[in-house]
Amino acid sequence: MSASLRKERRSALVWSYVFLALFAVVFLTPPLYMFITSLKTSAEISSAKLPWWVFDPTLDNYSALLTSPAYLTFFRNSALVSVAVVAITMAISIPAAFSLSRMRFWGSGALATGVFLTYLIPETLLFIPLFKIFAFVQDWTGIELMNHWWILIVIFPTLTVPFCTWIMIGYFASIPKELDEAALIDGAGYLQVLTRIFLPVALPGVIAATIFAFTVSWADFLYPMAFATSIDQMVLPAGIVSTLIKGDVFNWGQIMTAALLGAAPPLVIYAFLMDYYIAGLTAGATKG
Amino acid sequence: MAQVTLRNLVKDYDQTPAVRGIDLDIADKEFVVLVGPSGCGKTTTLRMIAGLEDITGGEILIGGDVVNDVPPKDRDIAMVFQNYALYPHMTVHENMSFGLRLKKLPKDEIRRRVAAVAGILGIGELLDRKPKQLSGGQRQRVAMGRAIVRNPKVFLFDEPLSNLDAKLRVHMRTEIKKVHQKVRTTTVYVTHDQVEAMTLADRVVVMNAGLIEQAGAPNDLYHSPATLFVAGFIGSPAMNITGCALEEAAGALRVRLDGQVSFPVPAERTARYRAYAGQRRLLFGLRPEHLTEMRPHSVANQCPVEVTPEVTEPMGMETLVFFSVNGTEMCARTNPAANTQPGVRTQLLADLNHMHLIDEASGRVL
Repeated sequence: MSASLRKERRSALVWSYVFLALFAVVFLTPPLYMFITSLKTSAEISSAKLPWWVFDPTLDNYSALLTSPAYLTFFRNSALVSVAVVAITMAISIPAAFSLSRMRFWGSGALATGVFLTYLIPETLLFIPLFKIFAFVQDWTGIELMNHWWILIVIFPTLTVPFCTWIMIGYFASIPKELDEAALIDGAGYLQVLTRIFLPVALPGVIAATIFAFTVSWADFLYPMAFATSIDQMVLPAGIVSTLIKGDVFNWGQIMTAALLGAAPPLVIYAFLMDYYIAGLTAGATKG
Repeated sequence: MAQVTLRNLVKDYDQTPAVRGIDLDIADKEFVVLVGPSGCGKTTTLRMIAGLEDITGGEILIGGDVVNDVPPKDRDIAMVFQNYALYPHMTVHENMSFGLRLKKLPKDEIRRRVAAVAGILGIGELLDRKPKQLSGGQRQRVAMGRAIVRNPKVFLFDEPLSNLDAKLRVHMRTEIKKVHQKVRTTTVYVTHDQVEAMTLADRVVVMNAGLIEQAGAPNDLYHSPATLFVAGFIGSPAMNITGCALEEAAGALRVRLDGQVSFPVPAERTARYRAYAGQRRLLFGLRPEHLTEMRPHSVANQCPVEVTPEVTEPMGMETLVFFSVNGTEMCARTNPAANTQPGVRTQLLADLNHMHLIDEASGRVL
């Protein structure tokens, strides 16, 4: 009995490793290829040599990008947009999720569903209407909304707020009701219940939402492409494509380098927040 | 110093009545237990006192003030929940001091009060631990400590022991009683366990279907139940209750359970019962401890009855004997030395001084 159980366990383990290895290969090959290409000169890239090996390694691509004012501007714009979007998203989503998950008020159920439905509308469907709205606003008020990097701070929350609210409703709803009742009886107001009980206990959910909001605003391509046209107003994804592809000339070495450097900040943030994300903080609140 | 008064308290959930008008006066320092089957409205009543549920009608007074619209934090109450509801991200000390910190008390006073209460509950060693590092009994103590440390007017307990295993439950029951003797604060305690109710309460309030069936001292409820529900609910094993007819012959009354079994009604109860003779559907009630093995008896109104036991359950200090009368299973508590055997016809002794007669239609004990 125990022998067959051990065998069963072993085979389950073997298969897990097989699939994990498979996934690792599939997902790590593209970044590896980007890294290899980023170390090559344009001449080596276009020659027909083995693409998986660097014969004349060079850091020219890196130094060219890191001294290029345009690239550094993209980076700065992306960073400002993402940080602001995360802040705005959290400032709206956290209270929204708290009230929708805990306070029963007229229409709260419909509102929660509405938040989710909003998220289901694809962004590709929204950018033309948004374009029209901006043109309309400009006609009426004279305020130019198009072609400014900061307009993304206004636009991206339309993508991030519904989803982040939705994830956090789920996390908040999993907090036992007795916990906020205990806090209310202990003398806390709703705001204190939120800041001193809900946020610490639902930290994994808040972090998941933060990561999502950051990733969306860092990596989104369509809106920056549609709403910013001058080089100095662009963010990374649109900027790389606009400046490093000239007509039909693809500067592959720099494109790969730029993408790799651009992927670094989300990677660093994941690495830092993953521990919190995984740690189950709700254990021990109630019996179980 | 706080009395709690409920006046015609009503709670409906979307037209469904949960509490249907209850009146209760709880004296200062009194330990009152609300007991009843699930769905009887006891927890709803407690939550209304806490301010966690709106009330549909009636009034709640704490310390003489109507608190119908006062939020929980301003009612000066503390509550212990069934699942403890400890804040998982805080240490025991932080859990216990949360309310005091919200009140912005000086740090050294908080430390002193937490230490004092931790001493009473024997959790002084645990103050730096997180809830998940504690056992069930320790969590229960911390939850109580969090309530006591605030020194509230009223303690509310919502089935605090039902998540513990049987042995620990008995132990914590004693602890709660000890704590109440040290910290004399008005307490309302909800449980579905009638043993817990009997052992803890100064006064037991039996609830059923949103109404109070009876309120009284544990022994009064046990010996003089007012209704069929209370008679059946309080006591374990439960009171034997079976249909009967009241017969009158030559000025004396007899209770007839079936063709063979009938008992004389004690003479002093004749006047009380006479009006019911021969008319209504009546129930006869007798607790298992008043049905014993046959023994020499000189007390009046003890009467032998011959039965065939179907099952016997030795408990060590006594043996429970089960038999049928009139299609109802009955239970007797006998001395193990009597060695009653299943299937062997045997004589038991019924002590009719403790009998009850219940009107089936109204459920009133006569």
